[in-house]
Amino acid sequence: MDIDRNITAMEGTSALPRKNGELIFAMPWEGRAFGMAIALLREGMYPWQEFQTRLVAQINATGCEPGPAPDYYEHWLAAFEQLLLEQGIMTCQEFERRKAEFASGEREEVF
Amino acid sequence: MSDEHDQHDHHGHHPAPLSEVEARVRALESLLLEKGLLTPDAVDTVIAAYERDIGPLNGAKVVARAWVDSEYKKRLLAEGTSAIAELGFGGMQGEHMVVVENTPTTHNVIVCTLCSCYPWPVLGLPPTWYKSPPYRSRVVMEPRKVLEEFGLSLDESIEVRVWDSSAELRYMVLPERPAGTEGMPEEELVQLVTRDSMIGVAQAKSPGAAS
Repeated sequence: MDIDRNITAMEGTSALPRKNGELIFAMPWEGRAFGMAIALLREGMYPWQEFQTRLVAQINATGCEPGPAPDYYEHWLAAFEQLLLEQGIMTCQEFERRKAEFASGEREEVF
Repeated sequence: MSDEHDQHDHHGHHPAPLSEVEARVRALESLLLEKGLLTPDAVDTVIAAYERDIGPLNGAKVVARAWVDSEYKKRLLAEGTSAIAELGFGGMQGEHMVVVENTPTTHNVIVCTLCSCYPWPVLGLPPTWYKSPPYRSRVVMEPRKVLEEFGLSLDESIEVRVWDSSAELRYMVLPERPAGTEGMPEEELVQLVTRDSMIGVAQAKSPGAAS
């Protein structure tokens, strides 16, 4: 519950992109990236602050306009990957290998 | 959201190769599933909750609480944003919520004449007509006629007030509690509160009309 409040209360460039309140996922992968990061937060895999700091850093690295950042979920995804690696939840090697398997079509399903 | 396989085009072939970013996201999901850190439908559950739970029901709960708890109602009318937050509903990014009360002598209706500002944390998605230029201009010029078109005829003696929302100020109508609901529990009252009644283009439903 606190997690949900923290997420919806983000302001400025780190605010979730919305159109009249509706969350905007321009592509399905954006929704998956959003859902995964929050599902793990809810499980207590890492503290909210750890995720938020990385998200803000990612966004700020590319300049800042008021309002939700362009390519918001690119930043979200980068912050999430960084967090998983730094917290030792996954290793760089296994991530690289798995990415290559999906990119080449060797692996298609996530399960 | 019908089933958890929606994303994966059913046992099949992926005609288009994955983009770089899609491959990253799938790799993450597959690793997290494999490690047992995610369950297959956890992601869908999160997305559905964010799409659904910040919706009209929040506003209906606020109204029902105000109907049964006069102290809450006082706080709601005095300081809308914090009274709504008491029930755990937030997510407003700097906007102020003002709740206006319908009475036997006053009827309120909300609009955003400039664009489509809407109290979405409590009311969810705005209906299409709310954003339409005819509603935005006509409800200000001829509110009674517009309300009549919505099926709401108001006696001449009732004063109609139109509230123009802005980026900083979002209005929500507290409809009148319908007759014949004395003693009805709060959870049932919630069912009588429609989105339209909180915009002010309808009354709350009568108990008999509740589906």
